[in-house]
Amino acid sequence: MSDVKFISPDTLEQAVDVYSKSSKEGKTKILAGGTDLLVQIRSGISQPDTIIDIKNIKELKEISNDNGSYTIGAAVAGAVLEEEKNFGNNWPGVLEALRLIGSEQIQGRASLGGNLCNASPAGDSVPALIASGATVKVHGPEGERDMPIESFHSGPGKTNLKNGEIVVNFQFPKKQKNSGDAYLRMIPRTEMDIAVVGCAVNVTIENDKCVDARVALGAVAPKALLVEDASKALIGSNFEKEAVEKAALACEAACNPIDDKRGTISYRKKVSKVLFKRALEKAIERAKKG
Amino acid sequence: MNEMDNKWIGKNTIRPDGADKVTGRAEYGADTIMPGMIWGKVLRSPYPHATIKSINTKKAEELDGVFSVATSSDCVDFPVDTPVILGIQDIRWMARNVLAKEKVLFHGHPIAAVAAMTEEIAEKACELIEVDYDVHPWAIEIDDAIKPDAPILHDFIKFDGKPSNIAGTLEHKKGNIEEGFKDADIIIEKEFETAAVHQGYLETHACLVSVSPDDRTTIWSSSQGQFMVRAMTSFITGIPQSSIRAIPAEIGGGFGGKTIVYLEPVATILSKKSGRPVKMVMTREEVMRASGPTSGSKSKVKIGAKNNGKITAAQGTFYLQAGAFPGAPIRGAAGCCLAPYDIPNAHTFGYDVVSNRSKVAAYRAPGAPIGAYAVECVLDEVAEALNMCPLEFRLKNAAKEGTKAVHGPTYPVMGYVETLEACLSHPHYKAPLKKLQGRGYASGFWFNAGGESSAQVNITEDGNVVVTTGHPDIGGSRASIANITAELLGIDVNRVSVLIGDTATIGFSNLTGGSRVLFASALVVTESTNQVIDILKDRASKIWNIDKEAIEWENGEARPAGDNAGKFKPLTLVELAEQATPTGGPIGAGHQVNTVGAEGGFATHICDVEVDIELGIARVIRYTAAQDVGKAIHPAYVEGQLQGGVVQGIGWALNEEYIYNKDGKLDNPGFLDYRIPVCSDLPMIDTILVEVPNPQHPQGVRGVGEVPIVPPLSAIANAIYDAIGTRFYSLPMSPPKVLEKISD
Ligand SMILES: Cc1cc2nc3c(=O)[nH]c(=O)nc-3n(C[C@H](O)[C@H](O)[C@H](O)COP(=O)(O)OP(=O)(O)OC[C@H]3O[C@@H](n4cnc5c(N)ncnc54)[C@H](O)[C@@H]3O)c2cc1C
Repeated sequence: MSDVKFISPDTLEQAVDVYSKSSKEGKTKILAGGTDLLVQIRSGISQPDTIIDIKNIKELKEISNDNGSYTIGAAVAGAVLEEEKNFGNNWPGVLEALRLIGSEQIQGRASLGGNLCNASPAGDSVPALIASGATVKVHGPEGERDMPIESFHSGPGKTNLKNGEIVVNFQFPKKQKNSGDAYLRMIPRTEMDIAVVGCAVNVTIENDKCVDARVALGAVAPKALLVEDASKALIGSNFEKEAVEKAALACEAACNPIDDKRGTISYRKKVSKVLFKRALEKAIERAKKG
Repeated sequence: MNEMDNKWIGKNTIRPDGADKVTGRAEYGADTIMPGMIWGKVLRSPYPHATIKSINTKKAEELDGVFSVATSSDCVDFPVDTPVILGIQDIRWMARNVLAKEKVLFHGHPIAAVAAMTEEIAEKACELIEVDYDVHPWAIEIDDAIKPDAPILHDFIKFDGKPSNIAGTLEHKKGNIEEGFKDADIIIEKEFETAAVHQGYLETHACLVSVSPDDRTTIWSSSQGQFMVRAMTSFITGIPQSSIRAIPAEIGGGFGGKTIVYLEPVATILSKKSGRPVKMVMTREEVMRASGPTSGSKSKVKIGAKNNGKITAAQGTFYLQAGAFPGAPIRGAAGCCLAPYDIPNAHTFGYDVVSNRSKVAAYRAPGAPIGAYAVECVLDEVAEALNMCPLEFRLKNAAKEGTKAVHGPTYPVMGYVETLEACLSHPHYKAPLKKLQGRGYASGFWFNAGGESSAQVNITEDGNVVVTTGHPDIGGSRASIANITAELLGIDVNRVSVLIGDTATIGFSNLTGGSRVLFASALVVTESTNQVIDILKDRASKIWNIDKEAIEWENGEARPAGDNAGKFKPLTLVELAEQATPTGGPIGAGHQVNTVGAEGGFATHICDVEVDIELGIARVIRYTAAQDVGKAIHPAYVEGQLQGGVVQGIGWALNEEYIYNKDGKLDNPGFLDYRIPVCSDLPMIDTILVEVPNPQHPQGVRGVGEVPIVPPLSAIANAIYDAIGTRFYSLPMSPPKVLEKISD
């Protein structure tokens, strides 16, 4: 560890330049909050020779609101986003998902960008980001591009980022009137735990009818999923029992989990239905408030 | 001493270790450093079971920055078939657990160790050690270890004349069990399982050892007994005890898990071979993989009772995992499980089962929670079948003074009934419950213990007091000793300093375990303090020139006993200390003895849970623990012991478990997937301190630290049943298991 080079560039270009010249795959690492990276280095999973701290790059720390459309820098910490009062009014589900991460100490560091790029299937903010319909802007040697969150990952621990690409920020759509989002996770404890199942729901209601819905699940497949069949079941409904049940079954069907020390396949499937219903209820309640 | 007049005993005085701990000054095991110090690391077995054919350390020794390498060939050789008993441990096993000899017996078993300039180099050197293994099939679970064709860990261990993984048994019998069951109107028999659980102390094992060229050895480490560290290190390294000085650090939790050594003998060998001080600190993963959890278990319990609620017979069979070497706490399971009850006919039987897991270490009331879990759950079912309140049912069968316990003794004065009565009259007992909430009850017992203890009480030149004892303080013993000493001397508690001596500065004191420390050290401190008072009276008698018998000690001063004795102005402790030199010299006294008269402790707990039946999550929402604590010398610490025990019991019941994968390796060696409760998982835990003083102790002390972990497992299981009508016979009652069972 003593031979690690640490740099802290001020611009994206500098960061991308160093990052794209990484000696070998995985040898140069981006550091946002470091709450995943440092743990991985200490346990020997990651052994970088160069670390690029991105917290001095302006775009990555910025929060802006363009007429209701939020842009959140990839390295903004949970505790900082919490203080941006209006963001939580617009995207309470995204904020609560980010705020579930770790403890108060972790919240001073943990970022949306880190949670997304770490690519754990159980990352808490990812289903909420998917449900919100946000896109992510990445910057690489070949310039910028935007990606929907749901197509960002290629598997556990793997992303579709190309060599040298860094996540810059998250762009949220303008929040619809009478829409609301929510995220819930199942953990055996009450905090400091990893999601066995996570579910995010984002609905828009007009005259008691569901006019838009996005449902996402975490920890039940190699990557977080957008459950399109659940959206289909909800859109056009009045959230009547049959529609909700159909959407819940779609969630269960979308699950492709593993049996592991954290939960069995059958447990995760059952819980995905339950969490979906509970998250939906919460999202509807929020949507009805505006 | 009249209780009402107590000035310090029973008061929540400020803890002597508090300021250092909250300001980060307290020195724990890993905090000591020395000039020239190097770092030791351990090479661990990649297999759960294999014969070591050869170990080649040459490449490791040649690596730049490496100073020394240790293997079992550097240890004293203890033949595998000859017991070498030290306390409850056998040094033949301890030596092989510290560094594997003929075989590796679990994944993570230490094989060799390297000392090098840095931890990184030591780690790299470990990878260069070449070990040739003959890999064997392994057995992790009890059923796999005791089936007919099971892989045998230790060939010379025989059961029923054949090589076996059953390393020992223990039995308690009373009355006639067949007759007892014949008399019963109702009989319930059930089988139970519990998972292996770790003590979960925050501080990982750590030490610094410096061996001089003349073999004089100093060990700084955090343990539950500096004398245990000295003795075990001496046995394993061959350095005489007189040459070893073991200095106890502050301890960041032990709960029984630090009553044996892992690193100290290894660091001693590495230091001796390198001539440098060697420091070793385990990672959490090493702690989880290779330091003692307590046993997982399988048991079967059968209880019969009359329709009038009297228990006629009880029978229990307990299989406990020992891990790689014999020594499962079957005595705690088979001995404590029926202790709260007056049962005419009973039989308990324990099996000590070795398997390819890390060797178990003591954990708070070792074995007792396992036994009580099965018995107290069956009692709940019997009470239900009899349509009786579970507490009234226990009251009807409660052991009292004079009851002959199943495990042997006839009880003296004891407070079990009082704990039941305290629960029956507590508001918790009658508090309303909502839907999906339930209430459970359970009782528990722990032996407690006496044993060797030494103390020295010295009066400083300015008339204050320094007390030295020999037991690491893991539960508040320093604060309690300060209270007792101040009470006896009649001085302000802040004038008393209590220190834990090292092996060179205080006489032999047995380790901190068995809830024995305050019982034992209060005895020797009381005796020492009384001797000091006697000396003080003697000094006053010299100054006044009257008989010592005509002097009494009161309120921190010597006074003439009555008008006949003469009229003198009382001499305070400060005044007598000032005149110490002309009246005879330094004032102080010490006492060392094998203390006897320890008495067991009983507890009854009430637990409320709420179950989320869609997710399978059971949460404890209210908890009350009543316990006969003898005498609470420092009530806040006693409450803390009760609360801590309950919390560990909650973890054991709901989420904690050692999970092995198909390769025989522990799959959850960290606090993310080995789930001890976090604060937000817990309600405030109410305590009821029932005080029935132990008549054989000057302050009535019984020992309080272990009983509180005994009832929670079953109290929670019984509460879950009350909430949702489903009984669970296997721990932990984790969400996937609960949901699966309730959706069946
Ligand atoms: C005690 C503790 C509790 C935790 N609890 C939770 C929890 O409840 N839920 C949960 O989901 N996670 C949890 N985590 C994991 C972690 O905190 C989160 O994933 C967090 O969001 C990571 O953010 P970070 O900024 O610290 O990422 P970092 O550690 O800095 O980075 C994570 C990974 O992403 C890469 N990376 C970071 N930013 C970028 C970028 N802009 N572009 C490209 N690559 C990038 C890094 O190279 C690294 O590989 C916990 C961690 C700890 C230590």
